[in-house]
Amino acid sequence: MQVIPLRRPWTWAASVLVVLIAAGVAWSVATNPAFGWPVVAEYLFHEQILAGLIRTLELTVTAMLLGLVLGTALAIMRLSDNKLLSTLSWLYIWFFRSVPVLVQLIFWYNFGALYAHITLAIPWGPVLYSASTNSVITPLTAALAGLGLAQAAYTAEVIRAGILSVPSGQTRAAKALGMGPATIFIRIVFPQAMRVIIPPVGNEVISMVKGTSLVSVIAMADLLYTAQLIYARTYETIPLLIVASLWYLAVVSILSIAQHALERHYGRGA
Amino acid sequence: MTEPMVRIRGLRKSFGTKEVLCGIDMDVQAGSVMCIIGPSGSGKSTLLSCINHLERIDGGRMWVGGELVGYRERAGKLYELPERKVAKMRARIGMVFQQFNLFPHMTALQNIIEAPIRVKRQPPAEARAKAMVLLERVGLADRAAAFPSQLSGGQQQRVAIARALAMEPQLMLFDEPTSALDPELVGEVLAVMRDLAATGMTMMVVTHELSFAREVGDDLVFMADGLIMERGSPRTVLANPREPRTREFLSRVL
Ligand SMILES: Nc1ncnc2c1ncn2[C@@H]1O[C@H](COP(=O)(O)OP(=O)(O)OP(=O)(O)O)[C@@H](O)[C@H]1O
Ligand SMILES: [Mg+2]
Repeated sequence: MQVIPLRRPWTWAASVLVVLIAAGVAWSVATNPAFGWPVVAEYLFHEQILAGLIRTLELTVTAMLLGLVLGTALAIMRLSDNKLLSTLSWLYIWFFRSVPVLVQLIFWYNFGALYAHITLAIPWGPVLYSASTNSVITPLTAALAGLGLAQAAYTAEVIRAGILSVPSGQTRAAKALGMGPATIFIRIVFPQAMRVIIPPVGNEVISMVKGTSLVSVIAMADLLYTAQLIYARTYETIPLLIVASLWYLAVVSILSIAQHALERHYGRGA
Repeated sequence: MTEPMVRIRGLRKSFGTKEVLCGIDMDVQAGSVMCIIGPSGSGKSTLLSCINHLERIDGGRMWVGGELVGYRERAGKLYELPERKVAKMRARIGMVFQQFNLFPHMTALQNIIEAPIRVKRQPPAEARAKAMVLLERVGLADRAAAFPSQLSGGQQQRVAIARALAMEPQLMLFDEPTSALDPELVGEVLAVMRDLAATGMTMMVVTHELSFAREVGDDLVFMADGLIMERGSPRTVLANPREPRTREFLSRVL
C-alpha cells in the first residue's frame, strides 16, 4: 500500500513569500549606495581590521579556556563535602558575578596604582620573586584576568548544574566497580554532564566573542573597537560596522558548527 | 567450618535519626547463594550498600573474604579507610542494581571493559576479548556495539551482570535485579543468575522471585524493620514459616 504523508500546502506558499521578501531586502541593500559596499570591500581584509579580529579571537579563546578550567574547579569545589572548599567557591562566584566586568577590567588595568610591586616571599624569610606590577600586568593580562575570572564564575554554575543532572545511580555503579573519584568524574559523570553543559557554554562563547569589545576601555583594540577607530577618522560609520558584523557572523557561524559537532559527540547513546 | 566469604556482626545503620539496620548478624559461605526477602523499607538495599561501603555504617563490623570492610581496626577503634583503599575492596565485589545503571554514553562492550581497563589496568585488547566471552555467556554477543538505550530492560540487566563479572569478583550483590523488568523479561535474567550460581559464585540476592530463592538459594533470610526475623533453608522457610511476620509477608507476595 502507498503511504502518503500529510500535505502542507500553506507551508509551501509561506516559504515562497519569505524567499521573495528576502530577495527584495537583499536587492535594496545591495543597490543602496549609502551602504558603501566598495568601502566594505576595501576594509574587509584591511590589515588593521584583521589585527583586531585576531585580538578578538585570541581574547575569546584564552579567556574562555581560563573560564572553563577555573569554572570546572569551582564547580567541583562547590559540590564538595568539604565545607571550606564549597564556601570558598560560593564566595568567589558571588563576588565575580556581582561586580560588573567593566569594573573588573579597569581594576586589573590599574592594579599597578594599588600595588606598585608584586613580591613572592616566605614571611620573614628570603624574597623568591619580585617585579614591578606594570611589567606583570600588561593590558593583555589585565584583559584576560577581567574577562576570564568573571567567566569562570558563570561557567562554574553551568557546570555545577550539569554535574547535578547526572543521576546518582551512575556514581554508585562506578564506585561499585572500584573506580576512584577522578576516574568517575572524568569517564562517567563529566561526559554525561556535557550534554547539559554544552548549549549554555556555547551561548557564553558566542557572547564572549562580542563581549571582548569591553576591553576597549583599557585601550585594547579588538575587532569592533578597531572599526570604531577607523570610522572616527574617516566618517564611514556604516560600512565599517558592516565589516565588523560580517566577521562576527563568520566567527559565530564556525562556532555554531563546532557546537553542533560537540553536541553530537556527547549526545551519543541518548 | 571454613571462614565465610561474608561475615556480618551487629551491623547498625541510621539515616538521620531513623535506624534502618538495627543489628544484623549474617554469614555467607563461599560458593553459596544467600537470598534476602522482606517488605519495602525493611533495609535490604541498605544492607547490600553497606557490604561494599557505598554507605557508611554506624555500628558493628563486616568482613568480606576475611578483610574488614571500609575500616581499619586499631586499639579498639575503627578508622575509616581512605577512598583509594575502599575502591580497591569494591573492585572485588560485584553489584547489580534494580535500575541497571549502565553508563548510557558507552556501548555494551565499553560498559564492560571500562573498569577492567581503568581500575585493573588490563590491556584494552585483553579486556575486549574477555568482555566478548562474557557477552557470549549472557547471550548478547551480537549486541556488543549497542548503546543501553537500544537494549531492552532484560538485555540491559544482563549487560550489567557481565559488567560486574568483568572485574572477576569474589562476591556478587544483586539488589532486586528483576523488579524493574516487564514480566516476560524476568526469566532471561534469572537464567543468567542461575548459571552464575552453578559456577560456584558467592551471591547475595535481594529478590521477590520466591521460586528463584527456592531453587537456587542455599540460605534465605527474611528481614523486617531493619532486623533479620527468620532464617533457614529457602524450602523450609518458604513452606513452613515460623514467624507471623514472615507468614503475613509471604501470603501477600504469593
Ligand atoms: N539515602 C537515604 N537517606 C535517607 N533515608 C534512606 C536512604 N536510603 C534509604 N533510606 C530509608 O531507609 C529505609 C530502608 O531503605 P531500603 O532501601 O534499604 O529498604 P528496602 O528493604 O531495600 O526496600 P525496597 O524493597 O523498597 O527496595 C527506608 O525507610 C528508606 O526510606
Ligand atoms: Mg531496595
